[in-house]
Amino acid sequence: MGLAGGVLIGLAAVTMMLVAGRIAGISGIASGLLMPMRGDTLWRGVFVAGLLLGAVLIAVPLPHHLEASPVQGFWLAAAGLLVGFGSTVGNGCTSGHGVCGLARLSGRSFAAVIVFMATAMVTVWVVRHGF
Amino acid sequence: MASKPIFYLVGIGTSGFLFGAGLVLSGMTQPSKVLGFLDIAAMTTGTWDPTLAFVLGGAVVTTFIGYRLVWRCKRPIFATSFQLPKVTALDMPLLGGAALFGIGWGLAGYCPGPALASLVNPTLHTLAFTAAMIGGMASGKLFNNRKKKS
Repeated sequence: MGLAGGVLIGLAAVTMMLVAGRIAGISGIASGLLMPMRGDTLWRGVFVAGLLLGAVLIAVPLPHHLEASPVQGFWLAAAGLLVGFGSTVGNGCTSGHGVCGLARLSGRSFAAVIVFMATAMVTVWVVRHGF
Repeated sequence: MASKPIFYLVGIGTSGFLFGAGLVLSGMTQPSKVLGFLDIAAMTTGTWDPTLAFVLGGAVVTTFIGYRLVWRCKRPIFATSFQLPKVTALDMPLLGGAALFGIGWGLAGYCPGPALASLVNPTLHTLAFTAAMIGGMASGKLFNNRKKKS
């Protein structure tokens, strides 16, 4: 499932490059909807709508693939803020830097992936096992 | 481009559709799997979850090959040129932003794609995370713009 899903994500990135010549970075596409510019909004909305449709298609037969996070309340909100702020300032997330950037052999993306993997692993370590 | 709108949008929608299907199928909308991969201490106890490595590996290899096939074309179907990032500097916004992103990802186990995909089951939980993420993106935009002006 992991590998098959990864291939689908790759095909999505390739489709975006073929059709629009763009990087399929979710944080960039989504955050571009927040300060809409004329002629640059509709395609972003269509991408997000397609993403939701695709998610429904798999979630209906495999509902256990949608899971709640173990954190709640303050920590859930803090995590959301950090994910949104960090990916916008760092210009990419797991899709833009992780998938598209590594596939382009971008040095910036390699650096970003190493840094966010490292801080994510340290965070999980601290949360689960303490200092 | 007169022929642009409809087929262009169908292509974009297809990309989004494949992305959403891939995220849910791969288990990226299951924080337990994401956090189980990031938990490197579990490597020593045999409870480590390697799923994310297969997801990222499958996605990067597919994209690597596909990009090179697409780049043999002179230009994308519905754009005049490929728009690839040209910046190469390893600057503070990149590294600091990635560091903060990783902390948030490691706390909750959601990154932006799965957060959006999880909204197909709109619980208070998924809505709260995504609302906070959108708030974070908006403040990130303000931060980026403030820097540009100064």
